[in-house]
Amino acid sequence: MPTPMRTPLASLDLEAGRDLSFISAVADESGQDLKSCYQCGNCTAGCAYTHDYDIPVHQIMRLVQLGRREDVLSCRSIWLCATCQACTTRCPNNIEVATVMDVLRHMARREGRAPERLVKTFADGFLSSVARHGRVFEAGLAMVFAILSGKPMQDAGLGPAMLSRGKLAFWPHEPEGNGKAEVAAIFRRYREGKPAQPATPDEPAAETGQAGEDAR
Amino acid sequence: MSALGYYPGCSQSGTAAEYDISTRACMRALGVEMADVPDWTCCGSTPAHTVDHHLAGALAARNLLQAQAAGFERVATPCPSCLAALKTADHRLADPADPAYKAEVERLLGRAAPAPLEAVSTLQVLFEQVGPAGVRQRVANPLTGLRVACYYGCIMNRPPGLMAFDDPENPVAMDELLSACGAEVVDFPFKTECCGAAFGMPRLDVMRRLSARILDMAASCGADAIAVACPLCQMNLDLRRGQVNAASRQDIQIPVPYFTQLMGLALGLPEADLRLDKLVLPLAPALAAAEGREKAREKTREAERQAKAAAKATARTSDKEATPCA
Repeated sequence: MPTPMRTPLASLDLEAGRDLSFISAVADESGQDLKSCYQCGNCTAGCAYTHDYDIPVHQIMRLVQLGRREDVLSCRSIWLCATCQACTTRCPNNIEVATVMDVLRHMARREGRAPERLVKTFADGFLSSVARHGRVFEAGLAMVFAILSGKPMQDAGLGPAMLSRGKLAFWPHEPEGNGKAEVAAIFRRYREGKPAQPATPDEPAAETGQAGEDAR
Repeated sequence: MSALGYYPGCSQSGTAAEYDISTRACMRALGVEMADVPDWTCCGSTPAHTVDHHLAGALAARNLLQAQAAGFERVATPCPSCLAALKTADHRLADPADPAYKAEVERLLGRAAPAPLEAVSTLQVLFEQVGPAGVRQRVANPLTGLRVACYYGCIMNRPPGLMAFDDPENPVAMDELLSACGAEVVDFPFKTECCGAAFGMPRLDVMRRLSARILDMAASCGADAIAVACPLCQMNLDLRRGQVNAASRQDIQIPVPYFTQLMGLALGLPEADLRLDKLVLPLAPALAAAEGREKAREKTREAERQAKAAAKATARTSDKEATPCA
């Protein structure tokens, strides 16, 4: 079901929700000149996901310019962006809009937010698989996701077609050399260097770990 | 020619094995030499950059280091997502204005970052090193009459500054290669529209809606097949077809081969090099439809030829009769 579109600008109090440090943080982390967005709407016009967004991407750009931290970091859109790069490609002011969306998702993650819980679960599951095997173990990821998502039957129907075509590997294809250990070390250093992330409030306990937590 | 490394990517050793097999076979048949990046690991793909840019950079950079250690001057990958990951890391590590990025990636790697190394798609290698003319010379079984919609996916050519190949809105490399194979490429407006990417698992509803648009457009363009260059596009359009058709209440049966499978077919490579048997929707009906159409077309052409000859003959006799002083 499409999410009903929010219209944050309708009830906008410019002073109340403004966080100036948010504006500079997004600019710093993304390396983008956010001021140059003049709301032409090209990004939204080309976005394949506007249908499912609660705030269209050009409005997110505007809300960032206005420092509306809470509105932006609580929205679902930043989780539904697939980084298809249509917005970045079509921005007349050369803003990497998709990079901005990425950075906003990073910020939301750091605060333990995940209104699109399963999108986070999928990314975490994918990276856990990489951390454990050095490469993605697709069948393992699908199994883990099926259990954690609470929708174990969603893709069960794909099983026979995959099995009969030899598309389901039962064992991970791990790297032949040191690769597996080196990737595990990258994840270990990544976790060591990050401040502990707060648990996502709307997630069951089993999934609150950050990416790659179970890597040895 | 510079030493070319090959980075298959995780999907190509699993769900997209036929992409890997047919890519290697086409390269071999067309005389492009390449060798695997030894001990390659996951590039991080989309999930890594959605979580943290430094983590994504380190996972990709490790593979660039592997390629460099093996002496490769370029590394080619069939997967657009791997390509984007490798190119992004290479690009950002070389940015003198962002030393903090490099420092953090090096901390995660536990060693110095790789020197600049060009990553390219195998599509780009085939297009630039062999090219349509080179392919045309080697075609053994032209794909005559096969109407193909070339679907590049969203990130093969975008953003243009990073990917630096072909046109970001109307790419043509695959069209030209498959035209050279004898196929009739259709004018497909959704070449770079998103198929729903990795949302198949977390938001199936979103993915189904987007893939249905692609299929619908291909059907209205009269395509017999949709040629793809991305394992995720292929999975969404082929393996998940039942889910997509059910949601859009349509019954579109257009097969979705990798462009390298079609090329290999035209080059006369054996099934072991194509693995068409791994496609969920079989290619055979599309090939049969094209052949049937081609035969019908040939029949019409022949009939027209005969009619023309007959008309000419009558005209000649009547000319003689009509000429007063011959």
